[in-house]
Amino acid sequence: MSQLQLTGVGRDVRLPDGGLLSILTGIDLTVGAGEHVSIVGRSGSGKSTLLNVLGLLDSPTSGEYLLDGEPTDRLRGRRRARLRGECFGFVFQQFNLLPRRTAAENVAAPLLYARGRDFLTRGRAAREVLERVGLGDRAGQVPERLSGGEQQRVAIARALVRRPRVVLADEPTGALDVETGRSVMALLAEATAAQGAALITITHDLAVAALADRQLRLEAGRLTPMEQVSTEVPA
Amino acid sequence: MIGLLGVFAEAWSEVRVHKARVVLSLVGVFLAVFAMTAVTALGLIVAQVQQEQAERSGGRAATIAISAYDPMTGMPADPQRWDTAVGELLGRYGVSEHATIGYGEGLFRLPGGTQSLQVMDVSPSYGPLHRIEPISGRWLREGDRTALSPSLVVNEYMLDMLGGGELTAPRTVVQGGPQPVTATIVGVVRDGYPQATVYRVDRSGMDAGATAPAGGFYGPPTLELWVPDDQADAVISAVQADLPLILPGIQVSAYRQDSPGLADSLDTLRLAVRGAGAVVLLLGGLGVFNVGMMAVRQRIREIGIRRSFGATSARVFGAIMLESVVATVLAGLAAVALAILVVDNLPLVDWFNNGVPIADEPGFPVQAAVEGLIAAAGVGALAGLLPALIAVRVKVIDAIRF
Repeated sequence: MSQLQLTGVGRDVRLPDGGLLSILTGIDLTVGAGEHVSIVGRSGSGKSTLLNVLGLLDSPTSGEYLLDGEPTDRLRGRRRARLRGECFGFVFQQFNLLPRRTAAENVAAPLLYARGRDFLTRGRAAREVLERVGLGDRAGQVPERLSGGEQQRVAIARALVRRPRVVLADEPTGALDVETGRSVMALLAEATAAQGAALITITHDLAVAALADRQLRLEAGRLTPMEQVSTEVPA
Repeated sequence: MIGLLGVFAEAWSEVRVHKARVVLSLVGVFLAVFAMTAVTALGLIVAQVQQEQAERSGGRAATIAISAYDPMTGMPADPQRWDTAVGELLGRYGVSEHATIGYGEGLFRLPGGTQSLQVMDVSPSYGPLHRIEPISGRWLREGDRTALSPSLVVNEYMLDMLGGGELTAPRTVVQGGPQPVTATIVGVVRDGYPQATVYRVDRSGMDAGATAPAGGFYGPPTLELWVPDDQADAVISAVQADLPLILPGIQVSAYRQDSPGLADSLDTLRLAVRGAGAVVLLLGGLGVFNVGMMAVRQRIREIGIRRSFGATSARVFGAIMLESVVATVLAGLAAVALAILVVDNLPLVDWFNNGVPIADEPGFPVQAAVEGLIAAAGVGALAGLLPALIAVRVKVIDAIRF
């Protein structure tokens, strides 16, 4: 069974003048367990909105979104929040680390909303994941003292610490130089694969998109398959 | 349970990370709780001092003073008739707490020569009724009435007239007059008066020769009855009706001697003190509220990130609210601790009561401390309410993009 299934999903927003703006239109998307999907699109094409809908941060205004076969439109706030925390890990373009908290505290932060043993052992779990992303020796550093690449690796560790089924990465290399971006992306793909989680990457970088098993293009709110792109970084 | 722990962990983490902001915002609450708690405690001490000062002169609530004299001559009733009448009156109404005081003058042979001093002939029960606590030695007791040497309790000024020093053992002083007697000073009181005070146990005229009136007239002795507050008026009426029947031809005066309005005045004082504390606390709370509002606007992005981790609205609300409460309770704890330290270590009785010890010195009022903490938590909850509501209404997507 597919983990995520969007059928005819649309997202409209009401404008101040009363008109409707369609950001997403008739999106059909199915993502299976452990699959790596990239979605490419220009700025303003609706990439982030699609990611927010996928991550239960936003709701579609039309169509159906099934998560593990369960319709998400019936989810109430509390259950929705819990599912979001349990099923998804987010990696943002601007890292979005909590300022003035150490790398370990940042990684452990999602486990504050976990239950039972996961909550109680959050410190140890955070250090283990930081080790996996190669930042074991930087666990005590605050984000302000980490490089961009290191910050994004902390963000990846944070996205993985609750062992999510899907990692949603919004322009994960957008704030990094090419070399660092490539290594961060490789780490992200490898770490999610190691955990058996699906990875959905939203990017405008074709080289990043090429790392995925399947590439899709989002244009004017519509999602279409994309021809295979080269893994070579464009000159 | 884990959820609750999580809220606490989150709130504590916020307080820890934003130490400087939290500390700055809490200065007002700290000062307010300190002021409220300390002033409440001081208010209680001042009220106790005032109460004891009033009781020292007028007796405890309610003290009825009764005296009787011949309206033709102005002289006191015959002592034996008076004693009989008093015994009958006390028996009839079952008044167990009573005292007598009569004023006279005595000649004392002091190191500088013989001096005539005012003497108060009192029953041993006069001390407890008027909260008189010797600072050394003891107060008068029933056995003193039959002692061969009359017992005296004097103030420090009188002790100084006798050569000063401490009353480590009973000292004697010769009372002059036609039949001199050697009196024994059994206790010393501190009353702050710059003149001699001499209490002598009343002995029904045993030492009349030593206390021959030196030309002054001090009026009849006074009988004091300590009765329940709500029965005072009835007792006065009954005494005024019955005593003239027992003592025909004698004018009886009965009136309330303590300060009946004192309790109300002290309640007003306490209320005013607490009101002032509440206003100060409110101002401190406004400071926390202001900083909380500013902080939550700066933390919108962080709130959005936490929502992406699965934080529910209730959790975000609880964490922001608890952060405010945790912080103000910590400030309240520190303030109460400082208030206890200050109130317990300052010589407040010396300041408020001229060094005269108070009989029932109030300890640090636990109620004030508890109220201070509750007030701090309440201010924290109130100050955190609006920021928490704002945090809950934050749109996650906008917050992350913020």
